[in-house]
Amino acid sequence: MSEAVNGRRGALPPGVSLSGELKERLREGSYLAGEGLATAIFLALKLQKPLFLEGEAGVGKTEVAKVLSRMLQTPLIRLQCYEGIDVNQAVYEWDYARQLLHIRTAEALGTAGEDRSRLEDELYTRRFLVNRPLLQAIEHRGGNPPVLLIDEVDRADDEFEAYLLEILSDYSVTIPEIGTVRAERPPVAILTSNRTREVHDALKRRCLYFFIDHPDMEREVEIVRLRVPDAEERLTRQVARAVQRLRGMDLYKPPGVAETLDWTEALVALGAKELDEAMIEATMGSVLKYHEDQQRVLLQSLNLLAGS
Amino acid sequence: MAPGTETAPPMLRMAVAFGRLLRRVGLAAGPDRVVGFAGALEELDVGNRDDVYWAGRVTLCSRPEDFEMYERAFKVFWEGKEGLKVPDPPGSTYAIRLSPDSVQPPKKSAEKNEKGDEAVRLRYSPVDVLRKKDFADCTPEEFAELYRLMADMRLSGAMKRSRRLEPAHRGRHDQRRTLRGAMRTGGEPMRHRYRRARNRPRRVVLLCDVSGSMASYSRALLRFMHAGVASGEPVEAFVLGTRLTRVTRELATRNPDRALREASKSIEDWSGGTRLGDTVKEFVDVWGQRGMARGAVVVLLSDGWDRGDVEVLADAMRRIHRLAHRVIWVNPLKAAPGYQPLARGMAAALPHVDVFLSGHNFESLQELAYAVAGASTERYQ
Repeated sequence: MSEAVNGRRGALPPGVSLSGELKERLREGSYLAGEGLATAIFLALKLQKPLFLEGEAGVGKTEVAKVLSRMLQTPLIRLQCYEGIDVNQAVYEWDYARQLLHIRTAEALGTAGEDRSRLEDELYTRRFLVNRPLLQAIEHRGGNPPVLLIDEVDRADDEFEAYLLEILSDYSVTIPEIGTVRAERPPVAILTSNRTREVHDALKRRCLYFFIDHPDMEREVEIVRLRVPDAEERLTRQVARAVQRLRGMDLYKPPGVAETLDWTEALVALGAKELDEAMIEATMGSVLKYHEDQQRVLLQSLNLLAGS
Repeated sequence: MAPGTETAPPMLRMAVAFGRLLRRVGLAAGPDRVVGFAGALEELDVGNRDDVYWAGRVTLCSRPEDFEMYERAFKVFWEGKEGLKVPDPPGSTYAIRLSPDSVQPPKKSAEKNEKGDEAVRLRYSPVDVLRKKDFADCTPEEFAELYRLMADMRLSGAMKRSRRLEPAHRGRHDQRRTLRGAMRTGGEPMRHRYRRARNRPRRVVLLCDVSGSMASYSRALLRFMHAGVASGEPVEAFVLGTRLTRVTRELATRNPDRALREASKSIEDWSGGTRLGDTVKEFVDVWGQRGMARGAVVVLLSDGWDRGDVEVLADAMRRIHRLAHRVIWVNPLKAAPGYQPLARGMAAALPHVDVFLSGHNFESLQELAYAVAGASTERYQ
């Protein structure tokens, strides 16, 4: 499907008009996406829709936002959600301390009495406004739209979710004292969730949805190769195989790709050329984060892990 | 070859038809999602099977549980004409597999209830008896009446302090509002404002055992779960059988009959065997540890019958206990005089349970509601 037919490119980087090409570009940015994820990102950019990512911790949800910001050469604006987050922390806030200081200064200089209303007008100008991530993303001007990462939406509460819904549908913020700020172009929005609770359907409906799975053996090897190029090929394959086995071992917390990379890095730092029992024991803390899991692995499958 | 290659305009029609099929098999593929799907198809190569597949998956699915159905429906709809001859067309595969009386109260009694309004009122004192009657002995008519009582029940978790602050007369100093007020008085903070953490109910997680041994109770208990989920409080509901099924979404509709019908559709192993330990473990692995059980009130409704390895159950319960605010076990058998927790699973789980209740009749469910809210249950025992 050619550009001429479509007439719009969304936020796609120049030279990319197929999802296969995007996949290649992501790869150049050190992110290996499967076909599904590449298609999802392609559509999100092209249709300018938010992308909602779910998956186990450490499968690379946040990484998608980072690589997009690198690839599109735009700033990454991150909003980390937490329980109790509200508009003042996510959108904007008046800098009250500075406003107060401004009044005091005016008083001290004796200018306050002269023109009261002018002083008040001054107080509610951009000088005294603290931009928080959502406003930053909407206010961004020039060049490509920024990447807006709204991380762990499931941690925020329903009230905030409702607010997000509003922002993500018209990308504008109204500040009573100043007016409405509208985004030039919708930011590339990436939402992530760990599914501690089900995010409201209305929010999901606004987004494209993708669930990131653990990669299979071959892709994991490729990811490690790409991200930890210092690792010996033999070590890389051994680590990937071991992690695949760990995932099948019924652990409290099966390792994600993030752990695979940490582990490989730890092994490389220790100068390991290949995986052996001593090395596993020394570096176990970077893959398995539960004492019970470590015990289990040490007990039953040291050999299995390192073998063949 | 994908059907969409014939002409361009039918794309939307194809999308609509596919959406209809998905809705029929239980996906929430509403019109806006279908329009999104059609929009996505325009951007991709409709002759390419994978493009169509992924376009649909990112626009029409909204949770991993949808993928399996989507996969099957996709095969039938898009992958060739044999779709119609496929041995299990969606119509029969996804139809309700249960005999209708397994969850729903028989239709007759519901109708009777409708016109028998005055009869209920006249039988006021029997209601009192009914509250204490064991679910296992109740007639369909009595169930219908019990359900009416249950609908008024509220299931609200013990309060916890939220991180969200609200204005209050005392508490932490609220700079923002104090200074804001000071603007009006020429920058002089005349009145100081305060705020403090709001209280919110904790999440309640209900896990109901629907295996064969619980058959005489699970119908009523599911109804109870529905009342909890539909009340609008943060309540999550799961069903334990030979596997774990999350039914929160299905139970969330107001109409109880519909809710139970939906829920029973997703429960594949109604009255099957008991692998309590494995399913409880699955809950901790997949949901609990990730955050759902954290700080929540977790309620298990089960007789503690476990054919599997009880160590698995004990271990899972230990983990839940560490995560949750409070663990409540409801066992209908506890009401029997001289009950001893002899079922091996029950005995293994008890050390990790904070409150042990019976739950065999309406009154005991009320007790449960009190226990969930963190009120003392001593009065009711």
